[in-house]
Amino acid sequence: MNFDFSDDQKFLKAEARKFLDARAGAKVNRSVLDNPEKTHDADLWKGVAEMGWLGVAIPEAHGGLGLGHLELCAIAEELGRVVAPIPFASTVYFFAEAIMLAGSETQKAELLPRIASGDLIGCFATSEGPGAVTADSLSTTVENGRINGVKIPVTDGSVAQMAVVLASEGGKPGLFLVDLTGESVSGDILKTVDPSRNAARLTFSGAAAQRLGEVGQGLDLMEAVFDRAAVLLAFEQVGGADKSLEMAKEYALGRYAFGRTIAGYQAIKHKLADMYVKNELARSNAYYGAWALNTSAPELPIAASAARIAGSDAFWFAAKENVQTHGGMGFTWDVDAHLYYRRAKQLGLVAGAARQWKERLISHLERRNAA
Amino acid sequence: MDFNDTTEEAAFRAEVRNWLETNAPKDNLLGKSEAEVLKLAKAWQAKKAEARYACITWPEKLGGRGGTPIQQVIFSQEEAKVGAPRGFFDIGLGMCIPTVMAFADDATKGRFVGPAVRGEEIWCQLFSEPAAGSDVAGLRTKAVQEGDEWVINGQKVWTSGAHYCDYGIVLTRTNPDVPKHKGLTMFWIDMKDPGVTVKPIHQMSGGSNFNEVYFENVRVKDSQRLGTPGQGWQVALVTLMNERLAVGGATGPNYGELLSLARSTPSGSGSALEDQAFREKLADWYVQAEGLKLTRFRSITALSRGQTPGPEASIGKIVSANQLQAMSHEAMEVLDQYGIISDTELAPLEAGFQQSIFWAAGLRIAGGTDEILKNIISERVLGLPGDVRVDKDVAFKDMPTGL
Repeated sequence: MNFDFSDDQKFLKAEARKFLDARAGAKVNRSVLDNPEKTHDADLWKGVAEMGWLGVAIPEAHGGLGLGHLELCAIAEELGRVVAPIPFASTVYFFAEAIMLAGSETQKAELLPRIASGDLIGCFATSEGPGAVTADSLSTTVENGRINGVKIPVTDGSVAQMAVVLASEGGKPGLFLVDLTGESVSGDILKTVDPSRNAARLTFSGAAAQRLGEVGQGLDLMEAVFDRAAVLLAFEQVGGADKSLEMAKEYALGRYAFGRTIAGYQAIKHKLADMYVKNELARSNAYYGAWALNTSAPELPIAASAARIAGSDAFWFAAKENVQTHGGMGFTWDVDAHLYYRRAKQLGLVAGAARQWKERLISHLERRNAA
Repeated sequence: MDFNDTTEEAAFRAEVRNWLETNAPKDNLLGKSEAEVLKLAKAWQAKKAEARYACITWPEKLGGRGGTPIQQVIFSQEEAKVGAPRGFFDIGLGMCIPTVMAFADDATKGRFVGPAVRGEEIWCQLFSEPAAGSDVAGLRTKAVQEGDEWVINGQKVWTSGAHYCDYGIVLTRTNPDVPKHKGLTMFWIDMKDPGVTVKPIHQMSGGSNFNEVYFENVRVKDSQRLGTPGQGWQVALVTLMNERLAVGGATGPNYGELLSLARSTPSGSGSALEDQAFREKLADWYVQAEGLKLTRFRSITALSRGQTPGPEASIGKIVSANQLQAMSHEAMEVLDQYGIISDTELAPLEAGFQQSIFWAAGLRIAGGTDEILKNIISERVLGLPGDVRVDKDVAFKDMPTGL
C-alpha cells in the first residue's frame, strides 16, 4: 500500500507553502477583494509562473515541467490554504486540461508552452444562466467558424486572453477555442460572492471559434474536463478547510468567556471535532481522485465525484463554523473568516454544484452495481 | 501513489495466502452456536500460534513472530477473506495480556502469556460499571486488603465474553479517601473463583453480547495485583491505549445493499432509487464510506513506510456507527409501511437493516460514545483543553453520586 504522496512531492508542497506564506495570504487576497476593478494579483501570478507551477502537469515537450498531476494536487492544496486571488484554476485545471484532453497536436504545441510560461491566461465558459447547462438549453452557437451567444458567469473571463467555450454547431454541442482579445467579444465584470476571483459575462458577436475536439462530444468533453478540475479543486477545498479549522482553533484558544477559554467548551470542541472528521474524509477522497487523475484510471468519474462532494461539504462546513466560532468578530469585514466563507461558495459552484455531482456519482454506481 | 504491496509485503502476502490455503478451517459457521464456534476458534488460534501468526508483532520469545505492523495488517486482511472464526481473543491479546506483560512479575507472565497466545485461555476486561461508563475512574467496586489477600465486592457491566472467559483484569477502588483517580488498584482474577457471577445483559437489539459480572466477597492474592495500590488508573491507561485496536468499525449492510434495496422497491411508477432525495443521501454515504476506507489505506501506508499512522484513524467508529444508523433508518423509510417488518423471511436482506438499526445505536456508545470520541479528537488531535473538572481534588467518598 502506497496511498500517500512521495517524499519528493511532500517536499514540493512544503516549498510551495513557504513561497505562499511569503507572497500570498489574506492581505494579498484583500488587495483584490477590496478593489472591484482588479481582476487578480499580478505579482503573485508572476511569482507562481516563475516557480513553474503553471506547467507542472504540462509535458516537457510543450514547455512544462512534465512532473504530473500529483504534484499539481500538492500545489493546489497550498493555493487553497491562502485563498489565492489568481486565475490559476481557470488556466491550469480547466483551460490547460481541456487542451491536453481534446486539443490537436497543433493546438497543444501552440498553446501549452504559452500557458506554462505564464504568457497565456485561459478560462472555461459553459454556464449560460440559472441552473446547469444541458444539450437542450445550450444557446451559444457556432456557424462558419463564428461564435454567437452569452456565457455567464465565466470565472476569470475579464482577465483571460482565451477561452474554451461550450457551444453548439449544427445542433451538436462542441468545445471551441475563442480569442477573447478581439472586438467581437465583450466582457463585463460581474458582482459575485467572492470578488477575490474575477467573473465576467462574455458576449460573443461573431468572434472566430476554433474546434477543440469533435463536435457532438461537447458535453462529454465538458464532463471529462470537470472531472479533472474537480480533483484539483478538491485539493484547494481541503487546503481551505484545514486552514479554516486552524483559524477556528486559534481563535477559540485565545478567546475567554465566562472565565475561561472558549476552546474548553464542548459546544466548541465538538464543532471542531466535526470539522476534523469532515476534513479527513475529504482529504482521503481527494487522494483517491489524485490517484485516478494521475493514472488516467477508468474510475476517474467516480473518484472525482466523491472528491468533489466531500471537498465541497468539508470546506463549506469548516468555513461557516469558523465564522460561528469567531462569534461577532467573525461577522466583521476585518476578520479573515469571510474570505474562506466566500471562497467555499466559489469553489463549490465553479465546476457545478454538489447536487449535480451526487447525481453523476449515483448514476455511475447504478451502472457498476447492475453489472 | 498506488495501492500495491512492496516486494517484501507481496512475498509475505503470498506466504500467508499459501499457508491459509492449506491450514485455514473450512467450517461453515452459519447456524452454529457460540460454544461450537468458540471451539473452532480455539483450534484455529492454536494453529496460528504454532505457525507464529497469532501475535505477529510480538517478540518470538513471547510466542510472536517479531514481525512488523504491516505484516499484521496483511495477515488480518487475508485471514478475513477465508472466513475463519475470530474475535474471541482480541480483547485478551490486544488489551489484557499487554497489561499483564507490563505490570506482572515474571512468574505470572510466564504462566499466562503462552496459553493466551495459543487460545487455550481467554481474557476479559472488567472496567465499566453501572455508575461508571465514560467516567470509568468513578467506579465503585471495592477491594479491601486482609493480610495477604484482597476482598472484592461490587458489580461490573458491559463485559464482552465474560461468560466464556477464563481470566480477567479488574479495576477496583482501594482507597475512597483520596480523589477518584488516585484510589484505584488493578488485579487479575480467575473468572471461576467463588463469588464471581456472570449474567448476560438483554440488549435492546434482543441479543446478549455483553454481561454483568458480580463480585461477592471474591478473595484474590496480593500477588495478583498489577501495579502498586493506587496506581490502577495508570495501569488502566495502558490497557485502554490498545482499545482502539480491539473495537472495530461498524459492520452491517452497506451502501451497495441499500442501493439494491431501493432499486427493487417500487415507488410511484418506478423504483425508490429514482427518488432524488434518496439519491443525494446515498451519494453522501458512499463518499463517507469510501472516505473511511481510503483513510485506513493512508494509515496502512504509514505502517508500510515504517512510520506511525497519524491521528486520522480516530474518525473511524464515529463515522461508521452514525452512518449505519442513518442508512438503516433510510432503508426502512424506503420500504414504507413494510419497513416495520423484522421477520427474516419477509424483510429484504434477511431483515439486515431492521437489525442494524438497533445494533447501530449500541455502536455509537460502545468503546467510547460519540461525545467522548469528539472530546478525544478535540483534545488529543487538535490540542484543545480538557473540560473543567469539579472532581479533581475531592475525595471519592465526598463526590456527589446521583443515580
